[in-house]
Order: sequence, then C-alpha cells, then structure tokens
Amino acid sequence: MSDLELLIFIGVCTLATFLTRVLPFVALSRQADHPLILHLGRYLPPAVMAILVIYALRDLTPWSAGQLNVSAQGVPLILASLAVVFLHLWRRNALLSIVGGTGLYMVLIQLVWP
Amino acid sequence: MSPALHSWRHAAIQTLPVMFGYLPLGAAFGVLYMQLGLPWWGAPLMSLFIYAGAGQFLAVTLLANHAGLVEVAVASFMLNSRHLFYGLSLLKRFRGAGWRKPYMIFSLTDETYSLLTSQARPQDAGVETHRLAARIGALNQLWWVLGTLLGTLAGATLNIDGRGLDFALTALFIVLTLEQAARLRQALPFLIALATGLGAILLLPERHLLLGAIGAASLLLLVHYRLHRQPQEART
Repeated sequence: MSDLELLIFIGVCTLATFLTRVLPFVALSRQADHPLILHLGRYLPPAVMAILVIYALRDLTPWSAGQLNVSAQGVPLILASLAVVFLHLWRRNALLSIVGGTGLYMVLIQLVWP
Repeated sequence: MSPALHSWRHAAIQTLPVMFGYLPLGAAFGVLYMQLGLPWWGAPLMSLFIYAGAGQFLAVTLLANHAGLVEVAVASFMLNSRHLFYGLSLLKRFRGAGWRKPYMIFSLTDETYSLLTSQARPQDAGVETHRLAARIGALNQLWWVLGTLLGTLAGATLNIDGRGLDFALTALFIVLTLEQAARLRQALPFLIALATGLGAILLLPERHLLLGAIGAASLLLLVHYRLHRQPQEART
C-alpha cells in the first residue's frame, strides 16, 4: 500500500465517521422532538451495542472435532468474556474490565494454550 | 490560578476516567496498527482525524484485509451509525454553541457523549456550558492521541507479542452493553439484538453481517413503534 493509498483510506474513514456525527445536526434539527426519533434514540443505541458484542464474538466455536476447543476462538474467548462481565458487574470500572479481560485473553492464547 | 486555567482544570478532572480508558486503548490501537507494517504516521493521523475507538480498530482489520474503499466507507458508517442517535439527544444542548459547535460534533465519541449526558442538565445552555463541553471533547481526544503515540512507539521499538490485543474491542463492546442495560433496564432492545444478530450470522455473508443486523433491528423498532402508537392514536 502506497502512502497516497493510506491517506485516501484515512480520508474515507474520516468522512464516513464524521457523517454519522454531523447528520442529525444538519438533517433533523427540526424533528428533534418527533416521537419516532425519541423512540429510536431510546432503543437503538443499546440494540446496536449488543449487536456489536455478538458481531465481535461471531467466530466463537466452543466445541470442535468432538472436544472442547481451546484455541483462540474457543475456551479463551468464553473465559475472557465472562471475566469482563464479572469484573464490570463487580467494580463497574470500564478500564479494569477491559484491561483485565484483554490481559486474561492474551495470557490464555499466548501462554496457557499456545 | 487564572480563570482560564481553573476552568481547564475543572474540565480535565471530569475527563479523568476517560483518560484511564483512552491511554491504554489508544496504545492498544497503536500497537495493533504497527503490526500491519505500514508507515507509523498513519496511526496518530487516524486518531487525529477519524477519532473513533471501535471505528479505528475496524479500520485496522479492513487495512489487513485490503478492503475496497466502498466497503470501507459503508462499514465505517454502519459501525458508527449509533452516533446518529447520540446527536439527536444533543440537538438542543448544542444549540448556540457558535464556532465551537463543529468540533463538539466531530469529537462526539461514546465516552464524550456519556460524560456530556451524565452531567447535571444546565437550564440555560450558555457560553460557559458550551466552553466546558468543547474542552471535555478536546481533552478526551488529547488522551486518545497520546495513547496512540505511546502505542506506536512501543509497537515500533519493543518486540511486543500483540496476539489477543484485539480482544480489547470485544471487551469495550461488552462494557458499553452492560452500561446501556444498567441505564435502560428493559429487555426489548437486547432481545431484538439477539434475534437480528444471530439471524444475520446464520443467514448473511460475513461482509453484510453488521449492516443486515443493525438494519433489521431498526426495522423491528419501527414496527414496535407503530404497534405501540396505534392504541394511543385511536384514543385521541
């Protein structure tokens, strides 16, 4: 990939991301109080967040070839995800939950079941 | 202490929790980016201009897969489409922010949004409120760019085994979902997500997963809205 291609790539990501942030302010400033907008504004963000979790875990295969899958897509993924949930329900500290879960996942796939 | 310095300090204290999240997460992004073997300046440039946590992790995946530009645009837009709805709830709040407004909109990440919306609602959104909001946005981006630079440096100099680091993104999504659940305390959006998310995995090819699931979820919410509204309209 050339420098120019990288710059174009970054430019496209920048525009697409900014578009999601600026669109409501340009297009919908008059409909801010419409009940449908309020309804979507209330329920869509949590739904999208949960979809992102499912998307991130899509490669999860806990069972393969008749036994527990201990590769990156199996047991480590389950254990690390559970660790994030437990840490977050326990301390409700986003940093602790993310660093703790990620650290555990890295240890599991690099050292325990390499 | 001068008034300006004092108010920056006031903003900085509010962004502390974000700093503790953005420095390591930005560093994780920097390390991950360096594994692509691309010029180092791409990472801080992305943090300056794209400035989206999940979006930039996705960008690394897209770069690694040599994705086409249309796919890049659609995927970035869809992944960040939740921001459409963040803006909706801040339409009134940002009114009259003047020259700061474009930057306030640009810097509206998940974390900045949650800081701004968890503040006590000021009755009159005056210049002082807008100035504080803009400074919170700017400081959050400063933590993100600093973290990215640290990660880029570490990725270039140390021989870090980054395998598994991308789990940070999964962890971030899990945390944000738990936070949303704590705020809303209703099962509806999560049931919809479960149905559309699993449905998309079963039925759709990999590259249309997110688009399909989020689109279907929006449609279901639209239907739910219609069914919910009908009785009320019949009464009036």
